[in-house]
Amino acid sequence: MIQYIWLVPAFPLVGVVINGLFGRSYLRERAHLVAVPAAGLSFLVALLIALEVVAGRTLDLHLYPWIVAGHFQVPIGFLVDPLATVMMLTVTFVGLLIHIYSIGYMHGDPGYPRFFVYMNLFMFSMLMLVLANNYLLMFLGWEGVGLCSYLLIGFWYEKKTATDAGNKAFLVNRVGDAGFLLGLFLLWTTCGTLQYAEVFARAAALPAPLTAPAVGGVSLVTWITLLLFIGAMGKSAQLPLYVWLPDAMEGPTPVSALIHAATMVTAGVYMVARSSPLYSLAPPTLELVATIGALTALFAATIACVQTDIKRVIAYSTISQLGYMFLGAGVGAYASGIFHLATHAFFKALLFLGAGAVIHALHGEQDLQRMGGLRRPLKLTAYTFLIGAAANAGVFPLAGFWSKDEILFAAFTTGHYGLWALGLAGAFLTAFYMTRLYCLTFEGPFRGDPAHARHLHDAPPSMALPLLVLALGSVVVGGLLGYPPEHGLVHQFLAPSLAAAPEAAGHASAGLLAGLSLGVAGAGIGAGTLLYLRWRDVPELLAARFQRAYRLLWHQYYVDEVYWDWIASPLMRLSAFLWRGFDVTIVDGAVDGVARLLELGSWRVRRLQTGVVFNYVLSILAGAVLLLGYLVLGR
Amino acid sequence: MVPLWAYLFLSAFLFAVGVVGVATRRNALVIFMSIELMLNAVNLSFVAFARFLHSLDGQVFVFFVMTVAAAEVAVGLAIIIAIFRNAETVNVDEVHLLKG
Amino acid sequence: MEWALFLIFALVAAVAAAGMVLQRSPIYSALCLILALFAQGGLYVLLHAELIAAVHIFVYAGAIMVLFLFVIMLLDLRPESHPPVQFNRVGVLAGFVLAGALLVELALGVGPRIILGPRGPYDLETLRMVGNTQAVGRVLFGEYLIPFELTSVILLAAMVGAMVLAKRRLE
Repeated sequence: MIQYIWLVPAFPLVGVVINGLFGRSYLRERAHLVAVPAAGLSFLVALLIALEVVAGRTLDLHLYPWIVAGHFQVPIGFLVDPLATVMMLTVTFVGLLIHIYSIGYMHGDPGYPRFFVYMNLFMFSMLMLVLANNYLLMFLGWEGVGLCSYLLIGFWYEKKTATDAGNKAFLVNRVGDAGFLLGLFLLWTTCGTLQYAEVFARAAALPAPLTAPAVGGVSLVTWITLLLFIGAMGKSAQLPLYVWLPDAMEGPTPVSALIHAATMVTAGVYMVARSSPLYSLAPPTLELVATIGALTALFAATIACVQTDIKRVIAYSTISQLGYMFLGAGVGAYASGIFHLATHAFFKALLFLGAGAVIHALHGEQDLQRMGGLRRPLKLTAYTFLIGAAANAGVFPLAGFWSKDEILFAAFTTGHYGLWALGLAGAFLTAFYMTRLYCLTFEGPFRGDPAHARHLHDAPPSMALPLLVLALGSVVVGGLLGYPPEHGLVHQFLAPSLAAAPEAAGHASAGLLAGLSLGVAGAGIGAGTLLYLRWRDVPELLAARFQRAYRLLWHQYYVDEVYWDWIASPLMRLSAFLWRGFDVTIVDGAVDGVARLLELGSWRVRRLQTGVVFNYVLSILAGAVLLLGYLVLGR
Repeated sequence: MVPLWAYLFLSAFLFAVGVVGVATRRNALVIFMSIELMLNAVNLSFVAFARFLHSLDGQVFVFFVMTVAAAEVAVGLAIIIAIFRNAETVNVDEVHLLKG
Repeated sequence: MEWALFLIFALVAAVAAAGMVLQRSPIYSALCLILALFAQGGLYVLLHAELIAAVHIFVYAGAIMVLFLFVIMLLDLRPESHPPVQFNRVGVLAGFVLAGALLVELALGVGPRIILGPRGPYDLETLRMVGNTQAVGRVLFGEYLIPFELTSVILLAAMVGAMVLAKRRLE
């Protein structure tokens, strides 16, 4: 079965072709009849293959040579190992659930078949990304998911904000991808190959040329990993390239769940874990990864505490959780990072889908201040959402607790006390804003349009099923895979794919630390409950009291404004100058000038063209005689 | 056995007749036929050379020349029809599209 | 016997070619050319190029000349559109001189080297043993396979071009 790995991405691709060709004209409202089975079959095959991988088989499959140019050879090939398997299962399983959810959520949308084309295309690209056996094919998937993200953010293209958000995501990702690409160039010139197996074999056998000080006293492998990490910053929305992700919430909610929470944005974490043999040779990069991760985790969490758009809160929460994953990878606990990635995929997809159900019920309302009291009418949504929020907040024994606690534990035992403290502070805020989110949405009185209040309806079956499955997953996945911490199923399974974690520098009691983070989470939940359930007028008083801090958070630290003033608008002024000053006068002037020169020079010569056939024949003959004469007699 | 020069002489004569035809006639169709005659004159010398050099390359080339001739006739006649449709004539003296 | 046949064919070909140029009506020109081509086919047989002779008759007399006649009739030129053939003296002279110069150059350039050069393996005996068609086929589909395949591209391009040109108007 494992040699049929290509079937996993092939099914969604077939779905793309069928829906792309016939969706608009024939399938229309039946487009899901193609797209959902495509995702389902893909998941089924992935599951069968995963069983073989669990039994200990791995595969490095070369399908055929993709690019061959001298020494530069890149195959289309798949690497099936534990890491790829975890990612593949996450992507196909969550993807399948969200496909099912979309049947209900997107029902009646004029772009229904187009939506499923993009979703299947996304599945294909993401699977190529995680299953590739070389960096260039990974980059193909990397760009493919970027394209789908752009297309899906701007899915409702009549909306200016949506297309702007799509453009923003695309442009910000260009910055990261430029770094990624430079990293690939450097990797190729250094190692002469982009195949994972060969690169890592070289890194293991001959670390000296890679780790010797090179440019600027910094080793080549550090440069490579740094450049690759810039790509990860863009794709996984880390400081300072995170700005596109909150805006990406303009897309349909299933897209936010699948692409901007569960799968695509975790590609950076996957890439770092996949390259762990390289990253482990570059301690400075690892420090940077951990620092950026911890800073992002806290930074995004503070913003999430004051936002009032339901999806924006979850988006900032996603950025924050991605920060935790990078923190884990940065301190060498790659397995914990990937574990958090998998659990996060469950509860964050659940949160987004729950938010989608709420938005669906309220006919597009996304403002938290116009919600409230929805627990009674939307019973199923409320309880599943609560599970997701609790898992995200790190409540024992839900999924998020196991993975997040492990990351903090790893940060502490490797001696990164500062980063650990940042992470712990982030954990407090996470618990706080998750409680706030839940309370504002589902508790208290209904503050929205009374016209909507009368016919609120809970999620239809196609939307309820994914909610239930994901809620179940959010409850059990953490403990099932992650117990006991550091030695759970997932760690043992992943171990062969990843570089070994560094030796623990300090000793700490896992129980004590876990208790501490539980306590912090409890404090956050308590604070949230008090402020948003009990003393509901206090938050406003606090906002008024600390107005400056509140405004800063409300405007998301003015990062967008700073980027606009300092980067985007100078660039646009430069472009305008180049357009008018350089392109129009110099380039166009040169082209027009050549044409005018020729016209001036040719007004006499054109008389040669008499239009009389006889003259042409004689000229041709004379030319032939002269030419042949030169060839025969001239030499 | 007829010597090579006899064939070459005939080939040269046919070629020259073709040239004169192209140079002097005004009917586009006849000019075109003269071109065909020139091609055939060359074919004749190809075959003659092949025969006297004990080689088949010349004969193979005749095939290629025939292919080109067939393609040329198809396109050329289509052009003549198009010109006739626009100008109501096939007299090349009356067509001055290339005049600068 | 061979000389007699050669002389007959050569005479017919030369006279018919000259007739083609001299005839006023394009129909007669075409018929003259057909005659010349048939005579040339006879010469090919004399040269032991039987396959070429057959193909020559098929392609030229069977396809190309029929196409010519078809177009001539399609255009339906009125008699007044056939002005009497007037020979431009400069044209005739220049044509013959230039054509002659070209051939002399060719003869000088390729004559001695090739005629005195090495002979190929296909003498008359071999051809008789193998068979002319088979021998040509071997060369055509062996050494010249790729050029031969490429000619199909030329034919395709010509086909498309002819259709586009002959269509009344491009919609």
